[in-house]
Amino acid sequence: MNIIDMLLAHAPALIIAIPLLGAFLTPLISRVSDKGRNIFAIIILGITALFVFYLASDVLANGPITYVFGSTAETVQSSTVIRILFEIDALSIFMAIIGIILAFVAVLYSYAFMEKNTGLDKYYTLLLLMTTGMLGMMLTGDMFNFFVFLEITSIASAALVAFWTNKSKAVEAGFKYIVISTVGALFVLFAIALLYGQYDALNMAKIAQNLGLSGFTFLDKIALVLLIAALAMKGGLAPMHMWLPDAYGRAPASISLLLVGATQASLYGLFRIVFTVYGDVISLPTVSIGWILVLLGIITMLIGVVMAIIQTEFKRLIAYSAVAELGYMALAIGTGLTIVANADPTITLQTAPFAMKAIIGGLFHVINDALDVGLLFLVAGAVYYATKETSLNRLGGLARNMKYTTVFFIIGLLAVSGLPPFNGFASKLLIYESTYQLNPILSIVAILSSILLLAIFVKVLHAVFLGPALPKFESVREVPKSMLVAMAIIAGIIIIFGLFPNLVVSNLIEPAANALVNNNSYLQWLTGGI
Amino acid sequence: MIDMILETLQTGTGFWNPLTWIVAFVIIFLIVFIFRGMGNKSYKKGTGQTQAFLSGNKEYEKHQMHVQSSNLYWGWTESLKWVIDMLKKMHTGNVSDYVLWFIVVMGLLLLSVGLI
Repeated sequence: MNIIDMLLAHAPALIIAIPLLGAFLTPLISRVSDKGRNIFAIIILGITALFVFYLASDVLANGPITYVFGSTAETVQSSTVIRILFEIDALSIFMAIIGIILAFVAVLYSYAFMEKNTGLDKYYTLLLLMTTGMLGMMLTGDMFNFFVFLEITSIASAALVAFWTNKSKAVEAGFKYIVISTVGALFVLFAIALLYGQYDALNMAKIAQNLGLSGFTFLDKIALVLLIAALAMKGGLAPMHMWLPDAYGRAPASISLLLVGATQASLYGLFRIVFTVYGDVISLPTVSIGWILVLLGIITMLIGVVMAIIQTEFKRLIAYSAVAELGYMALAIGTGLTIVANADPTITLQTAPFAMKAIIGGLFHVINDALDVGLLFLVAGAVYYATKETSLNRLGGLARNMKYTTVFFIIGLLAVSGLPPFNGFASKLLIYESTYQLNPILSIVAILSSILLLAIFVKVLHAVFLGPALPKFESVREVPKSMLVAMAIIAGIIIIFGLFPNLVVSNLIEPAANALVNNNSYLQWLTGGI
Repeated sequence: MIDMILETLQTGTGFWNPLTWIVAFVIIFLIVFIFRGMGNKSYKKGTGQTQAFLSGNKEYEKHQMHVQSSNLYWGWTESLKWVIDMLKKMHTGNVSDYVLWFIVVMGLLLLSVGLI
């Protein structure tokens, strides 16, 4: 086995180890050269991206991978050994692809965007730590390890939200973020303790197997509620979304982009818990968990769009739109869950195929939202970089000075509003059609929210980019090339996903949706004796 | 490979093929463009036609006439004032309230799974 093969064999570990090691090396390199540090961070995430894409090709071609840290035997002298397992299926790797794209673009964008700031050694260290945590949450198959990565992500994110310490509102947003994250993580930890106390296991597959055997005890129900509530809050679902506009709105634009990934990592955790860990018993509660997700999704969409339309701060407006977009995911996945977790044996994925389409639509929307909202955040950052202005009321006529940024904004606008032929349309169409079959009102609300999203961003287009040239912005010039390249990467992916949706759906989304729905494939690894 | 790239996305009860849509869009655009070309070419730049106020009122400088963000959709926000006010009241900005909402949702979830 040559060194390349050896490295590839350890890709799951290296995806975490490389940014983690990079994070701790960053302050050291910073002492030598600032430019070197920035390039180092880009290289670190570039290498991590290569490993993620290699692992993706492996998982998608050959099926799930289990990577063990520690003992390869499950028990030693009849006691369960303490070890960590990464269980990487099509869903985990799909999320990791989103995470690494966002992280790589964020670090590339930061090169010029953060150039004039001080304390960048801390900035890049935290950015790499946040990426580590986010990717760890997506790849791990261990509940406690998930909690650890959740904490790493939260702490790094909170510090980055408050990075502009000279702005009191940024510090306030960082404080709110850490309070909310800590409360959420505390309940996640409590839920994990409840499960561990009962089943003497932290591995998700093992817990899922034991849950199926025990038949959903009282403590299991409490743990489920705690996990859903905490992860839904971290995932920005209304009415627990209020931290999100504060954090997204006050963080540097590159960090807002990365926060989208961190939020989605929490949503991924929620979906993983509900479908995989509780997959065998989720149909037992008196009220469908699927309908609860649907309800949360609808509330999230409506609150998101109504609050977005009245915002006057550029990034805060995008943040509320991001809330609305999260609602689509919850709605779609909830719609799928109402069928997957149905107690009635006559209602299955075969008799109600729209459920699978809903899940595919929901997962497709996860990546589309990350790209569309992410691009809009980068545009907002570019406008701030060029004008030092965030209020929509004080901006105007920038299309004359910032032609490329305007084009990127229009791409983001059309994509996030779900207009054809952009990527948002394909995923939203899947969501509209499938939710209609569960209940027509759901799709009506979803379409209405999309129309309002279009209205919101048309308003921004007019307020920021159109209209007469304003004398105070006469000297405004287009942003540096590295920022344009970062935006172009995301815009390019949006266009490709929009033009060839089936390519993405059949190669990336459908395997992820199958992995989510079919928890047996996740549990089968246990029988392999690992 | 090309077939796979160009394949139509099946959405359950419908389908979506962006490339077909683009072709249709281009054809419609060309038709509209041709019709537009047949229109009355009476536009004269810099004449009274292009003035903002036909009444003869004094015109502001161009940059003073930019319609700001807050002025847009005022009718919509006015008619939904009760909803917006309610939502604004909900978004206090106080982190204790954020946690309170979390507790409320958790309580409702406990109720829904039959624990309370």
